[in-house]
Amino acid sequence: MRRRKFLLLSMAALALRANAQDAAVRFGLTPVFLDDHAGLLKAWRAYLESRLGRPVQFVQRGTYREISDMLRRDKLDFAWICGYPFVRWRRWLRLLAVPLYRGQPLYRAYLIVPATDTTTRSILDLRGKVFAFSDPDSNSGYLYANYRLAQADERPAGFFSKSFFTWAHRKVVEAVAAVLAQGGSVDGYVWDTLEKFSPELTSRTRVADRSPEFGFPPLVARASVTHAEFDAMSRVLLGMASDGEGQDLLNRLNLDGFTPGSDGLFEDIDRMMRAVDRSDAAAPA
Amino acid sequence: MLPRLRDLSLRYKIPLRGSLLVLVTAAAVTLSLMFREYDQLRDDLIASSASMGRVLAKTLVTPLVHDDVWRAFEIINSPFHASGHELAPQTAEIVTVLDSRGMVYVSTQPTQYPILADPMRTNRDFSELQHAIDHYREFEPTVVEPLRSDKLYVVAPIVSDGVQLGSLVIGYSKSAFAPRFYAIAKRAGVVTLFVIAVLLPASWYWGQRFARPLMNLARSMEQVSTRIPAEAEVRVEESRDEMGQVGAAYKAMLQELREKELLKREIVVSERLAAVGRLSAGIAHEINNPLGGMLNAINTFKHHGSDDPVTVKTLSLLERGLLQIRDTVAALLVEARIESHPLTRQDIEDTRTLVLADANGKSVRFEWENDVVGALQIPSTLVRQILINLMLNAVDAAGANGVASGHVYHDSRDLHIVVANNGTHIPPERMEYLFEPFSSHRAGGHGLGLWVTYQVIRQLSGDVAVASEPDHTSFHVTLPLETQPA
Repeated sequence: MRRRKFLLLSMAALALRANAQDAAVRFGLTPVFLDDHAGLLKAWRAYLESRLGRPVQFVQRGTYREISDMLRRDKLDFAWICGYPFVRWRRWLRLLAVPLYRGQPLYRAYLIVPATDTTTRSILDLRGKVFAFSDPDSNSGYLYANYRLAQADERPAGFFSKSFFTWAHRKVVEAVAAVLAQGGSVDGYVWDTLEKFSPELTSRTRVADRSPEFGFPPLVARASVTHAEFDAMSRVLLGMASDGEGQDLLNRLNLDGFTPGSDGLFEDIDRMMRAVDRSDAAAPA
Repeated sequence: MLPRLRDLSLRYKIPLRGSLLVLVTAAAVTLSLMFREYDQLRDDLIASSASMGRVLAKTLVTPLVHDDVWRAFEIINSPFHASGHELAPQTAEIVTVLDSRGMVYVSTQPTQYPILADPMRTNRDFSELQHAIDHYREFEPTVVEPLRSDKLYVVAPIVSDGVQLGSLVIGYSKSAFAPRFYAIAKRAGVVTLFVIAVLLPASWYWGQRFARPLMNLARSMEQVSTRIPAEAEVRVEESRDEMGQVGAAYKAMLQELREKELLKREIVVSERLAAVGRLSAGIAHEINNPLGGMLNAINTFKHHGSDDPVTVKTLSLLERGLLQIRDTVAALLVEARIESHPLTRQDIEDTRTLVLADANGKSVRFEWENDVVGALQIPSTLVRQILINLMLNAVDAAGANGVASGHVYHDSRDLHIVVANNGTHIPPERMEYLFEPFSSHRAGGHGLGLWVTYQVIRQLSGDVAVASEPDHTSFHVTLPLETQPA
C-alpha cells in the first residue's frame, strides 16, 4: 500500500515537472543590444534554462512595436525593450531588471555622422540631409533626436530631406558608415560595443553629439506574470554577475550586471515623450 | 647594315615567310577566339544581369511602396554580399534605384549617388538610361551601352500592378571583364605559343627542303660560266613538279652545252688540220718544182759526167737525199686526181692479203669481215689507201699476240670502214692532235700515215670517228657513195 502511494506521488511529480518543462519561458528580444549574435544568444539561453530549470524561448521580431504588442497581449513572459516603450506601455508591464553599463543603469544616445564629416556638432547642423533612425519606438534611436528637433520647433519630415528607419542600431551605424545617411541616431551602448567588437565599422563613423544619460533599456515582465516566475527570473538575472558563467556572458554582452532598477530612471524619457507628443499634436497635419 | 630583305637567300626567305604566315594565322585565330569569347562574356553578363534585374526589381516593390530606404539598400547590396569581397567578373559595379521622377532613391554607392540626387549630375550615362527608362517595352529589362562610356547598364522597371514605381539600374564596368578576358587571352596565348613551337620548326624544315633544290641549282648555274659541271655533279630534284621540270630543263641545257663544246672542239681540230693541209700542200708544191729540176740535173750529169769516183759518190748521195725528200713531199701531197675504177669486193680483199702477211709476221690475229658486193661508186685506189693505212696501224698497235680487225660494209648512202685493235689505247691528250703530221710517237713511223688517211677521207667528203679506251681502239670511217671525188 505504502509502496503504491509512493509510486503515485512520484508519477505526479514527474507529470508536474513535464508540465513545467513544456511551458517554456517566452523571452522577447529587441535590437536594444546586438541581438544578431546567435552564438551569444544560444549560450545565454542555455544559461537561463539551467538556472531556471525551465526551457527558455527567445522571441525576436523586426520591430520594437511587435515585441511590446506581444507583451501587452500576454504572448510573451519577459522582454528586453527600450525605455521609450516601457514608459509608453507602463501599465501593462513590470520592471524586471535594468542592465548595469559601466557600473550604472544608464546610457546615452549618440548622434553619429560619417567619419568624413568633421564639422557637425549637433543634429541641428544636419538640415536638408538624409538621416537614419533605428526604430520609431526607440529612445536613443528616435525619441531623443525628435525631442532635440522639437525643442528647435522642427520635425524630422521638414527638417531632413529624407529620413528612414533601419530597425536596428547596428544598421544605423552601417547606413552612416556607407554614407547612405549623413547622420544617424544610435544607442550609445550599442555603438561602444560595436567599437569594441567591430572597430572597422565604427571607425567609418564619428560621434558628433552625446545625449545626457537615460535609464538603460530595461528588462520587463508582462503585468500578469506570476510572482514565482517573476522572482525566479529576477534572481537569475541579478545573480549573473556573481557566477563565472554569468560573468562570461555579461562580458560578451559588454555589461556589468543587472540591477532591480526603478521607474525614476525613466522619468526623462517620459518627459521627452510627452514633449514630442505635444509637438506632433501641434504640427499641422 | 643589314642586307635587304629581298636580297636574302631563299633558305632564309622561305622559312621566314612560312614563319610569318604561321604567326599571322596564329594571331588571327587567337584574336577571333578572343573576340568570340568577349561576345560570349557579354551575352552571359546580359542574360544573367537581366534575370537578376527582374528578381531585384520584383523584390524592391514592397520597400518602395513602404518607402523603406534601408530595406531597399539591403536588397540592392545583396548581390555584392553573395559573392564575397573579391568582386567576381560578373558582379555589378553599381546598383541604383531611381524613383519615379528619375532621382536616386537609393544606391550601393551613396557617396556618388546620394539619396534624392539627380544621377545625371554624377554620371552623364544616366541621360541615355533615362531614355531607356522612358521607353520600356512590356516592362522588360533593357540593356543600355552608352556611347563613350566604359560601362554597360541593365535597366529594369520596378512595377506594381501596372504602375511604375521606379527603376533599377545595374551598372557593369567593362573593365571588370578584363581579368577574365586576360585569363582567356593568356590561355589562348599559351596555346598559340605551343602551336607556334610546333609549326615554326616544321615551317623552317619544309622551307629549307623547298629551298635546297633551288640553292643547288643556283650554285650549279654559277659554275657554268667557268666550266660546264659534269652530269654527276648536278644534283636536281627528281620529280614531276615545277622544281623537277626546271631541274630536267637545266640538265638538258647542260647536255646541249656539252655537245656544243664538243662540236666546237671538233671544228677547231678540223680547221687546224685543214690549215696544216693547205700549208703543207703549198710547201710541197714549192719544193717539188726545184726538186724535179735538181734530180733531172743529177741524172743528166750521171750520163755525161766524169768518172771521178768522188763526184759520182757525192752525186749519188745527193740523189738519194733528194729522192727521200721527194718521197716525203709526195706523202704530204695527197694526190687526189688519181684515175680510179669503182670499188669492187676484190679490191678490198686484196688489201686484206697485203695486211695479213704483216699481221702473221707480228703474230697478230687478224679478224676480217667484208660485206661489200658488186661495184660501188667510189674511187677504189683511195679506199684501198685508207684501208691499208688504218689496218697496218691497227696491226702495229695490237702488238704481239694482239687482235686487230677490219670490217667493211655499206648501206645505200655510205661505205663504212671500221678498223679496231686491242692494243695500248690513245690517251685523251693525244686525241686532239691525232691526225696532224709528225705527231706519231711510234718508232719507225714517219708520222704521216694518219695525216694522209685523214686528207684522203676529207677529199672523199667522208668523216672519221675515233674511240679509244683501254683494250679497244677503233676508227670508224664513213664515206658517202654518191659523191664523186673532186
